[in-house]
Amino acid sequence: MSLTRRRFLGWIGAAGASTVLGSSADASSTVHFKGYADSFAILHDITLCVGCRACETACNKVNELPPPDLPFKDLTVLNQKRRTTAKAFTVVNRFENAKTGSLSPAVFVKKQCNHCLEPACASACFVKAFKKTPEGAVSYDHSVCVGCRYCMVACPFEIPSYEYDNAFSPRVMKCTMCHPRILQGQLPGCVEACPKEAISFGKRKDILNIARERIKKHPERYLDHIYGETEMGGTSWLYISGVPFEQIGMREDLGITPAPELTSGALGAVPIVVGLWPVLLTGIYAISQRKEKVSAEEQALAVAEAVEKTQALAKQKLTGELEKAKKDALKDKDSAIKQAVKKALDDAAAAIVKQEASNV
Amino acid sequence: MSEKTLSVNKTLLTPFNIFAGIVLVIGFFITVLRFTKGLGAVTNLSDNNPWGLWIGFDLLCGVSLAAGGFVTSAAVYIFGMKRYHSAVRPAILTGFLGYALVVFALNYDVGRPWRLPYPFIIQQGTTSLLFEVGACVALYLTVLFIEFTPAVLEWLGLKKARNLVVRLTMLLTIFGVVLSTLHQSSLGALYLIAPSKLHPLWYSTYLPVYFFVSSIIAGLSMVLFESTLSHHYFEDKMDETHLKENTGVTLGFGKAASLVLAGYFTIKIVGLAISNNWHYLTTGYGAWFLLELLGFVALPCFLYAVGVRDKNVKLIRWTALLTVLGIVLNRLNISLIAFNWQLPSSERYFPHWMEIMVSVFIVVVGILVFRFIVTKMPILYEHPDYKGNH
Ligand code: SF4
Ligand code: SF4
Ligand code: SF4
Repeated sequence: MSLTRRRFLGWIGAAGASTVLGSSADASSTVHFKGYADSFAILHDITLCVGCRACETACNKVNELPPPDLPFKDLTVLNQKRRTTAKAFTVVNRFENAKTGSLSPAVFVKKQCNHCLEPACASACFVKAFKKTPEGAVSYDHSVCVGCRYCMVACPFEIPSYEYDNAFSPRVMKCTMCHPRILQGQLPGCVEACPKEAISFGKRKDILNIARERIKKHPERYLDHIYGETEMGGTSWLYISGVPFEQIGMREDLGITPAPELTSGALGAVPIVVGLWPVLLTGIYAISQRKEKVSAEEQALAVAEAVEKTQALAKQKLTGELEKAKKDALKDKDSAIKQAVKKALDDAAAAIVKQEASNV
Repeated sequence: MSEKTLSVNKTLLTPFNIFAGIVLVIGFFITVLRFTKGLGAVTNLSDNNPWGLWIGFDLLCGVSLAAGGFVTSAAVYIFGMKRYHSAVRPAILTGFLGYALVVFALNYDVGRPWRLPYPFIIQQGTTSLLFEVGACVALYLTVLFIEFTPAVLEWLGLKKARNLVVRLTMLLTIFGVVLSTLHQSSLGALYLIAPSKLHPLWYSTYLPVYFFVSSIIAGLSMVLFESTLSHHYFEDKMDETHLKENTGVTLGFGKAASLVLAGYFTIKIVGLAISNNWHYLTTGYGAWFLLELLGFVALPCFLYAVGVRDKNVKLIRWTALLTVLGIVLNRLNISLIAFNWQLPSSERYFPHWMEIMVSVFIVVVGILVFRFIVTKMPILYEHPDYKGNH
C-alpha cells in the first residue's frame, strides 16, 4: 500500500479541518453567515399574484427549456398542485383562500429555488457543484456533477430536479436566479415579465425594507412575516402573504438553522475519530498483547516447572530402577552360576553313570 | 460415459443455479436498458424521491451488513480473541465482496458513474457527509482487498508476498476500524441534513451513533448467519479448527451481539426521550417504530441472551437472521418508509420491479463469487503450508 498512515490521516483529517476554514458554507462553526453584503434578492408579493403564468413563460424562454406539454396560456394546469421539474424551473400554484374558505379570490404562489444564504444543496454536494455567488444566486456546474442526487435529498424546499431520462449527460435542474442575466445587468426573466409587479428585484437589504414597509402600511393585507428572512438561515427569495404560509404549501416548521449547521457536529467528529481511535485501539491491542504475554510467560514458567518436576521424578525413578536392576542382575548372576554349577555337576554325574554302564 | 454426463448435469442444474442463471440474464438486460435509456427507464425515482431502493438497500444495507469484516478482525487482532481466528477469513471475504458490490451497485444509481472519482480528483466537497462516506468506502475497500490477499496468495503459492501482507495485519486492522467507524456513522449522518423530510421518530442528532452501533450488531449477526449458511453448503470445505472453533464463535458472537443490542436499545430510548417524541408513538408510524424497536431490537437481544445461557446454537443462529432482518428494516425505514413522510401518498415512492431485480441480481452475483472463492481458496480451512502461522 502506497498510502502511509500519516498521509492518510492528514488527508482524511482535511475533511474536517477544511470545514473549519471554509468560508461560505461553514460547516463546523456556529458563526452565522449573514449572506454577502451586497447580494441581490427577489420579493414575491403573494397578494399581488394573479396566476397568469407569465413568469413561467419567461423562465422557459430565457433558460431555453423545452416547450411544455400544455401551452402556458392553458390555466387548467392550475387545478393540480405542481412542483418544479427539469423542464420547469418555476411553477405557480393555486390555493384556496383561507380568509374566504374558497377559490374566490384564490391565492397564487410562485415556486422556484429560494437561493438560500447557506444552501443545503451546496453543503451536501460532494463535488462542490453548487456555489453561493456574491450576487446571491446559487449556481450549479453540471460539468462536475456526478449525479448522486444528494442535493435533492438535502434541499428543504424540494426544488432541484433531475433529468432521469437522459442516459449520458443527466443534469440537476433548478432556477438559476438568472445569474447570467444579472451579471449582464439585466433583470431575471420572471421579474421582467410579471405584469402585476408581484415580483421585485433588488439588493437584499433594500428588498427586506420594501417588504417591511408594505407590511407596516397595510397590516390588514399582510401577515407580519417575511418568509425567507430567517427560514433555514435565510434565503434570497422572500415572500409576503395575506394568508398563513403553511396553508399555501410553504412549510413553516423548517426552523432558522442553516443546513450546514445540521451536519457540522458529525463532520467535526471526523478529526476526533481519526486522531483518537488509532491511539485507543493500539492501547487496547497493547493491553491484550500484554495480557497474552503475561499469560504466555506464566504458562511457560508452569511448563518449565512441570518439566523439571517430571524430570526429577524420572531421574529418581531411574536411579531407583538402576539399583534394582543391578541387584537383580547380581541375583541373576548368582542363580545363573549356581544353576550352571549344578548343571555341570549333573552332567558330570550323568557322564560317570553312562561310562560305568558301558564298562559293564 | 452416459453416467458421467448425467452426474455433471445433476451438479450444475440445481434449483439455485437455474434461478441464478435466470437472474443473471434478466439483470443483463436491465443493465443494458439502464445505461442506454437512463435511470427513468428502469426506476420509479422522481424529483421528490431522488433516492430509492438502490440507496436504501444496496448502499445502506450493503455497507452495514458487510461490517462483519471489521468487527471480526478487531475482535481477533485488537481485542486479542485469538480463539475466534477461524472466523476472520470468511468475514473479511464477505466484507470485501459486500463493499465491492456496493460500489458496483452505485454505478447503477448515480447519473454519471464514470465521474465517481471526481469528488477526489476534481473538487473535494468536504462539507458533504457523502464525501466522507465516499472517501472512507474507497479506502476501506482497498484495505479489505489487502486483508484478503493472503488467501489468494496462498492459493497461488506465493509465499513471500503472502508473508509480507500478513505482517501488515495490525496496521490494516486499525485502519479498517477507523474507516469503518467513520463511514458507518456517516451513512446515518447523511440524513441529518433533512430533518424536514425524515419522520421525527427516526430523525435524531444521534443518527451517526445509531448507525455505527447497529453496524456492529449487523456485523456480528452476519458472521453468525453466514457461518450457518456455510455450514450447510460448504461443510466439506471446513477444517477441524474451523469446525471446532465454530461453537465458540457462535456463543461468543451471540453474547457480544446481545450486549450491543442492549446498548443500542438504550440509546434509542434515550434519543426518544431527549427529543421528547413519545406522543408520536400512538400514531401509525409509532406502531411501526415500536415494531422495529421491540420486535427487531429488544427481542433478538433477549433471544441471543437465552441462546448463550442455554448454549443453544440453533437459537442463536435463528436470532442472527432476525437481527439481520431488523437492520434491513431499520435502513429501509430511514431511507424509504419514514423518509418523505410529509408527502401525500400519491407522491410516495415504491420501487419499480426492475430496481428490485437489479438488487437481486447484485446479491446473486455476490453469492456466486463467494461460492467460487470458498471452493477454490483457503477460506474455511487453513492452508496446510501455513498452519497456525498467523
Ligand atoms: S432552495 Fe434548495 S436548491 Fe435552492 S438554494 Fe436552497 S437548498 Fe439549494
Ligand atoms: S447530484 Fe450533482 S450537484 Fe447534486 S449533490 Fe450529487 S454531484 Fe452534487
Ligand atoms: S429567476 Fe430566472 S430561472 Fe429563476 S424562476 Fe425567474 S426566470 Fe426562471
